[in-house]
Formats: sequence, C-alpha cells, structure tokens
Amino acid sequence: MSELTELTAYELSKKLKAKEISCEEVTKAYIEQIEQIDPLVKSYLTVTKDIAFEQAKKAQERIDSGNWMPFTGVPLGIKDVLCTKGVRTTCASKMLENFIPPYDATVIERLKAQEAVFLGKLNMDEFAMGSSTENSAFFPTHNPWDLERVPGGSSGGSAAAVSARLCAASLGSDTGGSIRQPASHCGVVGMKPTYGRVSRFGLVAFASSLDQVGPICRDITDCAMLMNVIAGHDTKDSTSVDFPVPDYLEAIKDADSFIKGLRIGLPKEYFVSGVDKEVEDSVRASIDKLSELGAEIIEISLPHTEYAIATYYLIAPAEACSNLSRYDGVKYGFRAKGYENLSEMYKLTRAQGFGPEVKRRIMIGTYALSAGYYDAYYKKASQVRTLIIKDFKEAFNNCDVIATPVTPTPAFKLGEKLDDPLQMYLSDIFTISVNLAGIPGLSMPCAISSKGLPIGIQFMSDYFKEDVLLKVGYVLEQNLKMGRRIPKVLLK
Amino acid sequence: MKITIEEIKHVADLARLTFSEEELKSFSQQLNDILTYVDKLGELDTSGIEPTFHAVELDTPYKSDEVHQVITTQESLSNAPEREEDFFVVPRVI
Repeated sequence: MSELTELTAYELSKKLKAKEISCEEVTKAYIEQIEQIDPLVKSYLTVTKDIAFEQAKKAQERIDSGNWMPFTGVPLGIKDVLCTKGVRTTCASKMLENFIPPYDATVIERLKAQEAVFLGKLNMDEFAMGSSTENSAFFPTHNPWDLERVPGGSSGGSAAAVSARLCAASLGSDTGGSIRQPASHCGVVGMKPTYGRVSRFGLVAFASSLDQVGPICRDITDCAMLMNVIAGHDTKDSTSVDFPVPDYLEAIKDADSFIKGLRIGLPKEYFVSGVDKEVEDSVRASIDKLSELGAEIIEISLPHTEYAIATYYLIAPAEACSNLSRYDGVKYGFRAKGYENLSEMYKLTRAQGFGPEVKRRIMIGTYALSAGYYDAYYKKASQVRTLIIKDFKEAFNNCDVIATPVTPTPAFKLGEKLDDPLQMYLSDIFTISVNLAGIPGLSMPCAISSKGLPIGIQFMSDYFKEDVLLKVGYVLEQNLKMGRRIPKVLLK
Repeated sequence: MKITIEEIKHVADLARLTFSEEELKSFSQQLNDILTYVDKLGELDTSGIEPTFHAVELDTPYKSDEVHQVITTQESLSNAPEREEDFFVVPRVI
C-alpha cells in the first residue's frame, strides 16, 4: 500500500500543486495498486493504463506552466454509465460490450478541462438497475471490507474502488440510491445532488426524472471538491438548472458555527423494526454527537414512506422501458445473429443483449404504461409521488436537514438476495424517496459494525441545499474521528 | 394471478423481447409478486392529486435554431453493427 494512494483527492491536489510529487508517480502508484488489489475486488471493467500515463504527462505540463487546477493530475475512476470518448462504455451490459462513445459526457469534459487523469471505467449493475452490482453482465464486484459480500449497487465498482484506494475519487450515478447505498456499504462518502444540479448529458439514461450523477469519494472535502467541478447548468441537458453554484469548499469552512441551532429532523418511519440494531444505534449515536454540538433534534413524519418503493418500482421501470427502447441493434451496440426479419432482429438482439433484471424492469414498465393499465399503475404512482414531495415540503418547514440510516442492514453476502428480486427492492427503502422528490442526499460513514462492516448515515436537505449537507457532513466527520478506515483487503 | 402467461407474452411483444418457456415461468412468478406488491398504492386516495412527472419545476428552455456540428458522419457510424458507405444496414423494413 503506497503513501500516495492513501492521500485524499484534496491532499493529492495540494501536493501536486506544490510539486512535492509528480503526476506520473501518482498515476503509477494507482496503476500498481489496481494491478495488485483489483483481481480481488474486481471493481474495474476497463483500465486505461496507457491513456492515464499520457494524461498524467499533460497534467504535469499544465502544472509546470503554472496553470494548476484542483483536479489536474488527480486519478479518477468513472462508473461505466458515463460516456467517455474513445473509451469503451458498457453500462455493464452485453448490449454495449463493445460500444465506444464518440463524445464525452459533460461531467467528463469538465474534468478533462482540468487535465484530470482517468484510470478506467468501473463496474455496476447492468444499466444501473440493481442494488448489489451482481447484475453486471460481466462479473460481480466484491466489498473490500469483506470479499464475500456485495459492495452495494448500482455504483458498486465506484464505491469499492474508492474504498480500496484504486482511484482517488469517483463519479457514480443515483436513480434510487445507487450512489448513497454502495458508499454506505463500502465506508465512503457519496452524494446525490438535487435533480438538475449536475448535467445528465452523456449519462446513459435509466429513469430520466430520477437519474443524477454525483461524487463517490474518501471524505466530505473531496465531495465538495468534485461538486465544485460537476455542478452547474449545461445547455446540452434541458433538465439542468441555471442556478448559481456555490463554492462548496468555502461552504464547509464555517461548518462548526453552522451546527448550533440547526434543526435535524428524524422521520419516525425510518426508525422502525426491521432495521439492524447496530445500524440504528450507530446512526443515533451520530445524531447524539450533533446534538452535543448544538443541533436541535426534532421528530418528524414522512407519512408516505411506506409507499415509496411501490411508487419507484412503477415509475422507474416505466421510464426505463422507454429509455431502453433505443437498444435495437440498428445503429450501435450488440446485434444478434440468425434473424430472418426486422422484428426478429429486434427481439433476438434485446433478448440476448439484456440481462434478467433489465428485462424484468422493461416488462414491469411496459405493463404499467400499456393501454388499460396506465391509470392504475403509472399515473397512480405519479400521483403518490406528488404526496411524497408534499411530505418533504412539510418536513422542511420544521427542520433544516433530515437524518436517517442509509440501509436497513450492512452489506449482505454475494448471492444472498438473488433469488428474490422483490427482497432486493425492499432494501432500497431509505434512499428511494430522495430521488422521487428530487432533493439532494448525502451518505457518509458513521461506524464499523461488530462484523467489521461499514455503516452509513444519510442526510437529506431541501432543493439545491447541497452546501447544508456538506456542512453537516463535515462537522460530523471531524467529530466522529473514524480515522483512515482501511478495508480488510488492504490489510494483508 | 395478477398477470397471465398470455398477458406476459403480449407485453413481451410490446417491448420487443422474447422469452423461453422456462424464463416465462420464472418471470411469471416474479412479475406477479412485484405487481401484487405495488397494488399497495391502491390503499391511498389520490383523487384530485396532480401527478408529478418532473420533480423540480422548470420552464421549458429554448434555444435558437442554429446548425452546430456535434459529431461527424463517420463518428456516428463508428459503432454500427453493419454499415455500407454512409448507411446503417438493416433487414428490409417493408
């Protein structure tokens, strides 16, 4: 384990600026770490070693010419759901196994403009559908804290890579919890920004009214650093908002005074039986800490919580079946062989190109939107969505931030939930409402369980108040003093 | 049964998917479980509630009708499963 891979993105960035270390040696350290550790974790689908070294060279030139930017020379891993020009982007699906995008996602462009270094593309559940990364068409990723367990999903590769020091920071995507849940299972920080805060251009679409790109990283400071780059309006994404972006790094500087009198709401529907005792105790201990520091703890209610999963598992598949209808073997991606006509080409291509979970969701979505069922399913769910949004509006009249567990239990074992898709869906209960409402959510480590597994705490805030989340997160992080949180896979 | 095998076959057709007999059996059980679960929404009275399709309220942005080249013809053909000159090749449509 190298000293260089131990540095957070922020620490790395400062040392590179001061020329205490070179871009090349940092990239080399990460590539060596990947070669040594990733055979066990299996977080990368594609490692772009040669490109990374070329980028490191360009980054060094930028620093040497006095034009350093925060991400210059910082090695990143990117969830394979974001288009990277010239680099295979698979969405962990056979459908896109050999797809090479001819353009970069906007968030990638913004990082490239700073001469960041891209180490490769990270594993995920196929087309972002899943909560364990076991739905990857290629192989599952293993949790660095216990290789027999899942890293979570769908951004499991990203969370595992950040946790195992296989990249300095990462970008993931979150539609129902896919950044926050794996971040929690892997003991790292993850944020889903407000819907529209970050451009979705170049993000392969799953559910267009729910998807957001966000950071998965070592700590709150790195999260703020990434948010500074990726947040902001993009004319190429008509759902991105044209609101000013605060300097998130500046925002966390006065965090301590911010906590005094801050009203933290605890929704009673999130602290019920079925939540693992250690998870609940750890989350409550963190809240007690914030209370000691001056926060006011208030019990609140989000009465429609119990309907969130049913709402999501109608809306998301409905949007997905529409988004995934483009995969037809015509212009890009996999095309089956042995078809006799166009209709067969479509059916064979899609039957062979998509995995079972993707097909399940396409089927649910198609059914929910079909004639005779639209009102009872999709429209009904969209009405309940309005009620869920109202719950949050009400709640934020009475508190500034909402605190909850991220998941009912720590990471489960590989294979444990594969037989029962519904069981897998039910574990999304704490993250899913955030996407339905469009509000931002932050997931951060708050404890390690007695079995050595990370436990996370989630904070939610009103629209476009990511700075509030980062302030609370920063204060908690500083006071929890969890140390370097080294996963078991690195302790050999 | 919330959804019969016949209905599943119809939905599969709409979605341009095809399933083996075995897949149909296991999907049938799973889909039925999921659809039974989502029926929970029927417990709620949503009369008069406007559906939300877009969580963050925005006006439709417009832009001027100007031509910009984002990618070249060659780039757009670069992932074609089958191509001939500047065309994507597909089975006959008519």
